[in-house]
Amino acid sequence: MARAVSTQRKAFNTVVAWGVALLIAFPIIWTVLTSFKPEPQAVATPPIWLGFDWTTKNYHDVVQQRGYFSFFLNSVIIALGSTALGLLIAIPAAWSMAFVPGRRTRDLLMWMLSTKMMPAVAVLTPLYLIFRTLGLLDSRLGLVVVLMLINLPIIVWMLYTYFKEIPGEILEAARMDGASLWNEILYVLTPMAIPGIASTLILNIILAWNEAFWTIILTVTDAAPLTKFISGFSSPQGLFYAKLSAASTMAIAPILIMGWFSQKQLVRGLTFGAVK
Amino acid sequence: MGQITLSKVAKRFGDAEVIPPLDLIIDDGEFVVFVGPSGCGKSTLLRLIAGLEDTSDGRILIDGKDATALGPAQRGLAMVFQSYALYPHMSVRSNIAFPLKMAGLDKAEQDRRVEGAAKVLNLTNYLDRRPGQLSGGQRQRVAIGRAIVREPAAFLFDEPLSNLDAALRVGMRLEISELHERLKTTMIYVTHDQVEAMTMADKIVVLNAGRIEQVGSPLELYRTPRNLFVAGFIGSPKMSFITGAEAQKAGGATVGVRPEHLRVSPSEGPWRGTVGVSEHLGSDTFFHVHDTGLAPVITVRADGEVALSHGDTVHLTPQADKIHRFDQNGLRI
Ligand SMILES: Nc1ncnc2c1ncn2[C@@H]1O[C@H](COP(=O)(O)OP(=O)(O)OP(=O)(O)O)[C@@H](O)[C@H]1O
Ligand SMILES: [Mg+2]
Repeated sequence: MARAVSTQRKAFNTVVAWGVALLIAFPIIWTVLTSFKPEPQAVATPPIWLGFDWTTKNYHDVVQQRGYFSFFLNSVIIALGSTALGLLIAIPAAWSMAFVPGRRTRDLLMWMLSTKMMPAVAVLTPLYLIFRTLGLLDSRLGLVVVLMLINLPIIVWMLYTYFKEIPGEILEAARMDGASLWNEILYVLTPMAIPGIASTLILNIILAWNEAFWTIILTVTDAAPLTKFISGFSSPQGLFYAKLSAASTMAIAPILIMGWFSQKQLVRGLTFGAVK
Repeated sequence: MGQITLSKVAKRFGDAEVIPPLDLIIDDGEFVVFVGPSGCGKSTLLRLIAGLEDTSDGRILIDGKDATALGPAQRGLAMVFQSYALYPHMSVRSNIAFPLKMAGLDKAEQDRRVEGAAKVLNLTNYLDRRPGQLSGGQRQRVAIGRAIVREPAAFLFDEPLSNLDAALRVGMRLEISELHERLKTTMIYVTHDQVEAMTMADKIVVLNAGRIEQVGSPLELYRTPRNLFVAGFIGSPKMSFITGAEAQKAGGATVGVRPEHLRVSPSEGPWRGTVGVSEHLGSDTFFHVHDTGLAPVITVRADGEVALSHGDTVHLTPQADKIHRFDQNGLRI
């Protein structure tokens, strides 16, 4: 009897899980569907589910009008560049916080995280002016730096929690075995922290790829990434939903594919090392 | 060579003085054991010698050379940790070879030494496994292997056996003693286990709240404890302490008698009490005697065959020449 109940319960849980998953995925599924609709059918009421005239015209139009590759390239450069630069700064920072903490290390970490709670608009004007003065507007370098700074607190936090899991005695053993600081990092800490570094890397590529406030505001054409590509198709008049959907689909497809192949690392990353 | 001298070495963590200035000389080839209650600073002292903690004051000399400012890598000492601290991502072979690799030895020499150590420690069949695939005792052996291959000036052990079960602990204790016999290298060994301290040490250092209470051979500490702390700490079961008139009569403010220096009899003897708990070990029996009017409890050892029940009245006779007398400051008279 107990078994029957638990089977029922399992079935119920499965249904709920699928329901939630569908709910979360619905906007993406809808966007993809819309991208294959002719413009008039895209805004039809009641909405048409699958029985529309499937077309790839939107994709042709979108690429014809704006191109795709240069946006894609900018997205890749900005996402990879800001993540690499962030790791370069965050690894030593997280290292010292995890293994040689000071009295205020904890407060410092909390403060860093709290900067994430500040609305981005609050620094819009100063940052814009600084960028204009330095000639960094619409430059890839400028965006790499900004996105790196935005995500740095998260990178440091994630690496910190991963490093914390590594027993200090193992690093001390390396020191006793005659390892210099550099060898300790190279042969002991890094190999042990590889899973953590990998998930941090992946999560931050995704965050940087999806960032759509600074990337849109600080670029015009030269450094414009895929977020700008999408926003270019929303216009105040005319029919644009299908084309917008096609652009969005093309923008999220690469990161979705990457996310799919790195699911395991990603889950580890999102739980901040709490689950092993 | 491995002669270590501590001169006025002190350690503070913030405002807390964990080790007040102390002096200690450890001779080359000695097996020195640090014992003391939990939190008394044994590990801290060992880590100061290792270079894993900076001294707050004083100097540490290794073979006459000032090592106070040297990092752990430069001191030429090897350490075995309680948690083993093996490198989980490396094979047993690479773990043992790691210090040799750091020292820049060529591959052939590395292999030769690793094979040698593996043979001594019965690890030959496990060289290609990861630490995670080994039992606790095997991991401990790998940690020891990693320490011996580099032929250090001294070995430092911090409670290396406390994660092992009782039977394995006895085995490893003998192995470490044999290792010391063979290598004749200085060893400093931290433990809170009486038996380990008494059986392994050439010299025991008794620590209490960071201070050295007494330094001496196991038998010296057993026979002539310098003060009440050492008297109560060395020996198991503990010495019983008697105060008051009876102590005065024997010539001290406090008088201590070890369980093995009391004779128990149903009818004869100067001290009288009733039997409480008895602990039968087979070879010996320990009786806890109450209501003597001398101390809350007096522990006495008797032959394994002696049968006394809870509540029986017994008489105790101390061996006059084995009594320890202490003055009101707790110092030996
Ligand atoms: N990094 C540290 N910061 C502050 N206090 C410390 C630190 N390390 C140790 N202590 C304190 O120093 C004292 C001695 O610690 P230590 O670890 O040397 O004791 P121990 O004799 O090895 O004890 P145990 O037998 O439990 O291992 C303790 O009171 C401990 O709280
Ligand atoms: Mg300790």
